[in-house]
Amino acid sequence: MELNSGIPGGPLADKWDKHRFEMKLVNPANKRKFSVIMVGSGLAGGSAAATLAELGYDVHCFCFQDSPRRAHSIAAQGGINSAKNYQNDGDSVHRLFYDTVKGGDFRSREANVYRLAQVSTNIIDQCAAQGVPFAREYGGQLANRSFGGAQVSRTFYARGQTGQQLLLGCYNALSRQIGLGNVKMHTRSEMLDVVVVDGKARGIITRDLVSGKIERHVADAVVLGTGGYSNVFYLSTNAKGCNVTAAWRAHKRGAGFANPCYTQIHPTCIPVAGDHQSKLTLMSESLRNDGRVWVPKESGDKRAPHDIPESDRDYYLERKYPSFGNLAPRDIASRSAKEACDNGLGVGPGGRGVFLDFRDAIQRVGDEAISQRYGNLFDMYQRITDENPYKVPMRIYPAPHYSMGGLWVDYNLMSTVPGLHVIGEANFSDHGANRLGASALMQGLADGYFVLPYTIGHYFATHKPEPVSTDHPEFKRVEAEVHERIKRLTSASGKRTPDSFHRELGRLMWNNVGMARTEASCKEALEKIPQIREEFWRDVKVVGGHSEMNMALEQAGRVADFLEFAETMAHDALTRDESCGGHFREEHQSPDGEAKRNDDDFCHATVWEHRGEGEAPKEHREQLDFENVQLATRSYK
Amino acid sequence: MKLTLNIWRQKTPSDAGHMERHELSDVSPDMSFLEMLDVLNEHLQVEGKDPVAFDHDCREGICGMCSLVINGTAHGPMKATTTCQLHMRSFKDGDTVDIEPFRAKAFPVVKDLTVDRSSFDRINEAGGFVSVNTGGAPDANALPIGKVEADKAMDAAACIGCGACVAACPNASAMLFVSAKIGHLAHLPQGQPERARRALNLVSTMDAEGFGNCRNYYECEAVCPKEIPIDFIAEMNRDWRSSVLKGGS
Ligand SMILES: Cc1cc2nc3c(=O)[nH]c(=O)nc-3n(C[C@H](O)[C@H](O)[C@H](O)COP(=O)(O)OP(=O)(O)OC[C@H]3O[C@@H](n4cnc5c(N)ncnc54)[C@H](O)[C@@H]3O)c2cc1C
Ligand code: FES
Repeated sequence: MELNSGIPGGPLADKWDKHRFEMKLVNPANKRKFSVIMVGSGLAGGSAAATLAELGYDVHCFCFQDSPRRAHSIAAQGGINSAKNYQNDGDSVHRLFYDTVKGGDFRSREANVYRLAQVSTNIIDQCAAQGVPFAREYGGQLANRSFGGAQVSRTFYARGQTGQQLLLGCYNALSRQIGLGNVKMHTRSEMLDVVVVDGKARGIITRDLVSGKIERHVADAVVLGTGGYSNVFYLSTNAKGCNVTAAWRAHKRGAGFANPCYTQIHPTCIPVAGDHQSKLTLMSESLRNDGRVWVPKESGDKRAPHDIPESDRDYYLERKYPSFGNLAPRDIASRSAKEACDNGLGVGPGGRGVFLDFRDAIQRVGDEAISQRYGNLFDMYQRITDENPYKVPMRIYPAPHYSMGGLWVDYNLMSTVPGLHVIGEANFSDHGANRLGASALMQGLADGYFVLPYTIGHYFATHKPEPVSTDHPEFKRVEAEVHERIKRLTSASGKRTPDSFHRELGRLMWNNVGMARTEASCKEALEKIPQIREEFWRDVKVVGGHSEMNMALEQAGRVADFLEFAETMAHDALTRDESCGGHFREEHQSPDGEAKRNDDDFCHATVWEHRGEGEAPKEHREQLDFENVQLATRSYK
Repeated sequence: MKLTLNIWRQKTPSDAGHMERHELSDVSPDMSFLEMLDVLNEHLQVEGKDPVAFDHDCREGICGMCSLVINGTAHGPMKATTTCQLHMRSFKDGDTVDIEPFRAKAFPVVKDLTVDRSSFDRINEAGGFVSVNTGGAPDANALPIGKVEADKAMDAAACIGCGACVAACPNASAMLFVSAKIGHLAHLPQGQPERARRALNLVSTMDAEGFGNCRNYYECEAVCPKEIPIDFIAEMNRDWRSSVLKGGS
């Protein structure tokens, strides 16, 4: 497996411009002769499908929901970053670039991040032109808010619905192209494999989720915008359908998987209420502006929170990080909550929660002002927990939220399989070991609107894919393999549901490869994952057939893939013998519990090559060279 | 809690379908409505029976995927709340709960509680957008939009496209959904050049898809999880009439 990142030469600020000039173009009249399969209709996939169709390419877009508008991107609340400097507070492309590289704990690719910061300004212009109803000031200008990891105000938002509004923007652009006949949309359609012909990605195999029909689709290039894999933990803030299937199947066909151990655990989520829990709900990071995080000083303190006097409370973030206090970055706030609960100080059912208390803020500014700022979040909290956060402190706990790891891509967003491109959360490139808030929406739209539409043309112009039909033996072979796998699932005659295996895997991953990992915990995971997988294939029960709508079968297939992927993730966590960003190896911390990076040995992306089921994957490395920033230790004291 | 559930079962679109009764005894008031159905499905599968098919994804009240009629009300008894955000504490031990799909001619049942809402997508494809290609957009602040109008646009854009409005309407009208689509862009300068065309095309596609007429029952507004106000329907009617008068149809 060769890793050629293809970063253009020249000064950082000129690379993208220079590259755009040097890339080969496809003549406008020839574009319609090239077809693209776009898997995914989220911010990344939707924006790319629409833009490629506008350019004249023949686009086929797939999603597993009943409408492209329901992709998981819709759930994003907080906002999207852009280096517009509308607030005149000293922001610039370079500052956004630097904040992102530093936030990622110096484990991302400089040239990609710089390009991301550059195109971030075009994104806001594009979305405004589409009619995205961004928040505005009375004078009519766009409003901004501040987010973690930055000292400037550069986050654009649309109430608590930034994700839905941006997604509707690109869904509308996509709808227009569907209406014009330039995009053929395939909803309720799940990609189950990639077809590689003569070393190039030439198609996919899908299952129609309504009829169960297995179908072959051919194109000149395949793009995955299939989102992240946080559901490997079972409980996460992701939508229930989010999965690793598309990325994993592509990996098994030769696409390198980079840094799977980098997952982001968000500090402020509603804690687990019981065994029935099916997903976790995020409470916006912005709450930490006014809420104070604390736990009782004595373990087993049974008093109601407001009966615990000040002297018996530990405001641990304020104590440990006096200058950032409750606004310490995500990874640090999450680990501190875990530590408090591990020490038996946690609150609520099972002792897995800490208080986020608005008492002081309410005393200071009143119920009314707090309701204006956070009313809808307070309502949502009350709906879920039946507790009134104006009266009793919220209980929060960290939850898996985002995956920085993903399929490896070069500067052109192409994976190690020629013709297979990967965009959005599904690729690995821009966030390093930790993502800053409001940067995922930015990256998805950057990839889809402003990067891929150029780079894919270069691929067509230089690789000139030969005509291939779906009757090619390779299509038949891969389709047969997909059939075989489905048959194996539907004919399994065990006793346990796919969901029960998913929960079991999730618990193991959360305990052993979650917020904090050790050599021993990763090794234990590597021992147990294959056992669960064997048990799965021996004892799973999938009710119903394959030629009908069968949600149990869909889930079983996704769980089977998570069971394979989890092993590679644990391998990666074991191999990365340092702490960085969201990857905290307990062996590597300073005396006061901070993450300790090892730049001498680990300043690289680890890229895994699949070598067959049950075999350890092969490790490759892309060295990360920092020419424009100095590797520094992050400190928030 | 113990519950009796009457659930709509329908194997295929052409199947006649029937209500099926289930007793569920291990329901916790902290469960969401969908988690309660998860428990039922877990039991059914262990017994080798076909689990109940229902649509869901985000379980946070924003994707618009969940779509159940609970005891006769789209999304159930709690105001401004989607099915996935409804919790079992809204019910009492011993209750009987009827669970049916969103029903409408334009939303054919696919299986059990799952319906086909692709008619909404087709309405949008008829013009629910600003015709602008990627690239070359002017600076976003070059076009100031007063906060009041921008907020109004946002009120309409908050629609999650779930279709509860259609399920609640005795005529299965999609007016609230379509008017929210039209209202969003009608309140923004970007939407003006195509405003008349948009109203005509969306409304005629809506009719062609088999949605019924609005007879001012206001049931749609009552069940809308995002509380889209009915005023948008009046605005849409004005837009539609004036474009017909201009000779658009
Ligand atoms: C609760 C929450 C809040 C967030 N808030 C913010 C925020 O405020 N700011 C921010 O920047 N980021 C935020 N994020 C992160 C951000 O929303 C996501 O990272 C981003 O939207 C991912 O977009 P995407 O296009 O890559 O993937 P997705 O939106 O997940 O889209 C994936 C697409 O792929 C399709 N798909 C997947 N697998 C298959 C398959 N096998 N076959 C066919 N189709 C398939 C799906 O149908 C879907 O269309 C948040 C995330 C969560 C969970
Ligand atoms: S599942 Fe997304 S709105 Fe209910």
